[in-house]
Amino acid sequence: MSTCSVSKGCFVFKPSTKKRRLSDKTAHDFRCTSNDSEDTELRFVTCQSLWNQIKSETEQIQENLNKQLLDNLVSFLSRSHSDFQEKTTDWTCRMKFREIPTAALVLGVNVTDHDLTFRGLSDVLQDNITPYVALLEAKDCPGIKNLMQKLMGQLMKCDIDVDSLEDEDCVQVSQNRIRCSMPSLISWYDSVTKKTNSETPSKKRNSSSRHWQSPPVVVIFKDMESFTTKVLQDFIVISSQHIHELPLVLIFGIATSPMIIHRLLPHSVSSLLCIELFQSLSCKEHLSTIIDKLLLTSQFPFKLGEKVLQVLINIFLYHDFSVQNFIKGFQLCIVEHFYSQPLSVLCCHLADIKKRVYSLSHDQCESIRRLPSFRRYVEKQESGKQIELLTNNSFLKEETEKLLGDLHVYHENYVRILRCLHVFTSSLPKYPLGKQIRELHCACLENRVWETEEYESSLQLARMLNKTDLVTMLQQCVEILMSSSGKEFDRAVEKLKEFLTQFQNLEAEASQERDVSVSPQKELQKKTDLYHLQKTLLELKESRRSKKLTKFEMLRFEVVDYIDSLVRRYLAPADERALHEIVYFNGAAVLRGHLNAAPRTALHTALNSPHWYLKNQALRCDGGGISNKAPDICIVYKLHLECGRLINLVDWLEAFSTVVMAAEEPNADAASSDQVDDVIHARFIRAVSELELLGFIKPSKQKTDHVARLTWGGC
Amino acid sequence: FVKKLENISDNEAQEILEEKNYVAALGICAQGISRGKPDTALTSGDSFSVRVVQFLCKKSFQAFNLKIYALAPDPYLESESEYSASCSEEEDEDEQKEVSAVLSDQKTPAKTKAASTPPPRNSLAKKNKEQKMGNLVEEYFEAHSSSKVLTSDRTLQKLRKRRLDQQTLRDLLKNAPLAYAAEIRNLNQQHESLFSKWMLQLHLGFNIVLYGLGSKRDLLEKFRTSLLQDSVHLVVNGYFPSITVRSILNSITEEVLDHIGTFRSPLDQLEFITKRFKEDSSLELYVLIHNLDSQMLRGERSQQILAQLSSLPSIYLIASIDHINAPLMWDQAKLSLYNWLWYETTTFNPYVEETSYENSLLVQQSGSLALSSLMHVLHSLTLNARGIFRLLAQHQLEKKDNPSYPGLSFQDFYQQCREAFLVNSDLTLRAQLTEFRDHKLIRTKRGADGVEYLLIPVDDSTLTDFLEKEDEDV
Repeated sequence: MSTCSVSKGCFVFKPSTKKRRLSDKTAHDFRCTSNDSEDTELRFVTCQSLWNQIKSETEQIQENLNKQLLDNLVSFLSRSHSDFQEKTTDWTCRMKFREIPTAALVLGVNVTDHDLTFRGLSDVLQDNITPYVALLEAKDCPGIKNLMQKLMGQLMKCDIDVDSLEDEDCVQVSQNRIRCSMPSLISWYDSVTKKTNSETPSKKRNSSSRHWQSPPVVVIFKDMESFTTKVLQDFIVISSQHIHELPLVLIFGIATSPMIIHRLLPHSVSSLLCIELFQSLSCKEHLSTIIDKLLLTSQFPFKLGEKVLQVLINIFLYHDFSVQNFIKGFQLCIVEHFYSQPLSVLCCHLADIKKRVYSLSHDQCESIRRLPSFRRYVEKQESGKQIELLTNNSFLKEETEKLLGDLHVYHENYVRILRCLHVFTSSLPKYPLGKQIRELHCACLENRVWETEEYESSLQLARMLNKTDLVTMLQQCVEILMSSSGKEFDRAVEKLKEFLTQFQNLEAEASQERDVSVSPQKELQKKTDLYHLQKTLLELKESRRSKKLTKFEMLRFEVVDYIDSLVRRYLAPADERALHEIVYFNGAAVLRGHLNAAPRTALHTALNSPHWYLKNQALRCDGGGISNKAPDICIVYKLHLECGRLINLVDWLEAFSTVVMAAEEPNADAASSDQVDDVIHARFIRAVSELELLGFIKPSKQKTDHVARLTWGGC
Repeated sequence: FVKKLENISDNEAQEILEEKNYVAALGICAQGISRGKPDTALTSGDSFSVRVVQFLCKKSFQAFNLKIYALAPDPYLESESEYSASCSEEEDEDEQKEVSAVLSDQKTPAKTKAASTPPPRNSLAKKNKEQKMGNLVEEYFEAHSSSKVLTSDRTLQKLRKRRLDQQTLRDLLKNAPLAYAAEIRNLNQQHESLFSKWMLQLHLGFNIVLYGLGSKRDLLEKFRTSLLQDSVHLVVNGYFPSITVRSILNSITEEVLDHIGTFRSPLDQLEFITKRFKEDSSLELYVLIHNLDSQMLRGERSQQILAQLSSLPSIYLIASIDHINAPLMWDQAKLSLYNWLWYETTTFNPYVEETSYENSLLVQQSGSLALSSLMHVLHSLTLNARGIFRLLAQHQLEKKDNPSYPGLSFQDFYQQCREAFLVNSDLTLRAQLTEFRDHKLIRTKRGADGVEYLLIPVDDSTLTDFLEKEDEDV
């Protein structure tokens, strides 16, 4: 069946049921692409299990980070509710003023992450506070009627969940029939609470026994800014009239700032709310935690290369602040890596490496030998070993296993030392190596960090640290290094501890030193006339220059030098390690193309320099201009660039036909010129309507046979 | 709390400062300009290559370009009385000059000029990048400030060219050989090798959007025929002029889910679809949308619904976009629902199907279409009604040289119709006009004095043709 029609725009294709594909087709897709290797199944499974681990890890992180916020909210809700419960004086006085308890939840601009937060919130609320939670979105509520409909629909649905499913039909029917109004909502609430009160001991309510007898009704406005003010105002005013019958609590999700409440609601309305402010965790902290838990750990075998990480971080910082998108990018990295790198089958946990290495086929061994990092490694070996590595598969496998083990150890050490270095650099003025550990990580991945200027200047600054800072930093470093399981850092820890004791010893000596240093100072105070003062100051300076370093300074130098030596030993960039291609994903260009595409640039390139795409010699031009043999649309585009706001179609057509005729060599004789003209005319029409489709021009009524240009400045 | 916010913004500002370069490379619009600009500058430079020396004194091509237009010498105006303004002629001349210059460049091996000019150009281009931005802004306002547009008055009518209708256009283009067919085939083969990857990524929860110059219809069609034969799928021609989200949703509920019944609103329908897909995990649907950015689908509400549809885990969406501003349709919320993976698929295929529906720009064929519809409608009317319309058309043609002709006032028209014995009361005339209006044959508007004016919204040439045809019939 064709999908071209002049009467229909949608076409459904349904194959006969028996022919439908089986369910494990995802693995199938993975397989059919890379027929060069037989391990695709295993690779796909590894990829999926890795992604699932990472996914659950990120969810866990999110949950932990939101815990504080959710706890606060829950306590707020139970407080607001207890008033209603006990019918205290406080409540009555509030009732007099008709104030609705409201939580303003400031979530930040990363709108895409809010969904998860709200989902977590409503889960927590339903578990702890109340079964009656309604989530409202602005797009569902263009008017107060829709809002009430939505609200009641959701509330009654949660009623269904609590009750047995048998009633579903009748409730469903009644929901459609009930007039959506506040009184009906209240009568519903009364009936529900009465029912639960009467049957509290029954088995059905076991799960919700945590709820109080008359649980509050929580209404969450997910995106408060996008609601129309009228709807919000009406809802608040109406529900405040009924607040003594219905324990309503509002939660506003706010992306910008709490000020928006007052901008959206006039004083008369906002005075009906009793607002408490809650602040969610900033998305940058969230990202730092994610990076810390996903990348700076040896838990996952898969690693990101420097450029890739940079792309992901940049998308985060300059486009959306969305942690979800960051994780999506990470997922894409994993998929790309396992899809495009046949050797990624070895990108697994340390325990599995041995088995997988020994089941490698000959072809896979060959592809190991082809890895650039492995070739570099081979070149460094002595000649006998070189031959063995290049010819003997089993020897190669042994070596590969060893190298992969080394890589794992390298990464573990790398993370520890990176954290130590970060302790130092994060407190330096102006942060030459960046404030966040992710910046430091990028810098270390990019090239040898100790060869950079920034590192040099941060060492300089570190040499000027005061003692208390230095001691606390050393203590932190000791803690970090102690937490590692291996014995790698035993010596380093010892050394650092030694430094610490030396610093303590210094303190004792310091008191003596102070006496000595006082004397010139005293002299200085005695002299009062200018000449002598200058003289003594000069002397003082002289002596200071020649003076030997104090013990503290010497020790400080020693400490910094030691840290430097650790950095040089452990923080070598990953791409210097053999076989790093197996574990590190480096396709930054692919990633950027898929996540952060520039469709306009692509169009522009295609129109401006078609030879970029069509590899034909005739299209290549030296001047950067366009050949007259280029595709029609390119020529038409080029000609239109030379025009102003309006373009005369006739002139345009004429210019086009001149260019095209020139390209087609003057072989056409006069007789057939009319025919040719028609073809050119048709080609012109096609090109122009294509430009219109692309949005470069539009028809204009200002002048007959003119079109208006919609772009400016050659793009 | 406010303080905290400030802190955050401070940090961000710092980071942004640190990676200013990246911003320069990424900013969507700025990117186009910064990357695209040198290229176009070079080409327009070519067209003025005769005046390269002059150029070197000037700072920017574009400003120069405009200046030339503005100061265009009058001789053209005097010699060519056909033109109302000199500028477009100047432009044409330039274009032709360019052609000849390009030709001579290609034919003669001597490339002294090309060899000598590039270095200063490049350095200049770099040096004046900032200035160019400034100039760009100035140019923009310069071009858009004056209400008068300087283009020639020539119209397609004077060209005495045979009008092309849709059919002949198609035939002509079918016969014209496609340039660079081999290269285009190569390009398409590269894209086709990605098919299985697309499938994989669709199954992993991403949706795929294709962009780039050239029709992506054939590519998607090939994807469909080669990989989707054994699964339920829906093809949506976004470029179809009367496609709506409703019809897409309807075809899902009616044909895919075999549901009989109607829905109150698209949101209800969406909810139903969501529910069905969540209940039945074996249900899967591939949705292919050609031109997701078409006129009919680019609205906010349509995009919202499509985005929500695409976010269902068992609905796999693969779509193509063509418009340069298409990405502006989506805000962050929609983008995260769509969960796009972008693929550049520049195919250079002509947009045959996509442009076959639109007739607004092709004056050549829009006339014939309007004419045929005019004839059709009028043939079904009474003789008197035809007379009434004819009267109006004649009157409009008489006044065709008056650009501020507001239309025929109702009273005058009534008088004329009475005199021609076409109507006997203004009620019958009104009834007749209502019928015309329903068929979009006439347009009425109220003038400043409250009088109703009648106008036929068809261009003069079509009207003339129509009258001729009518005469023949009579």
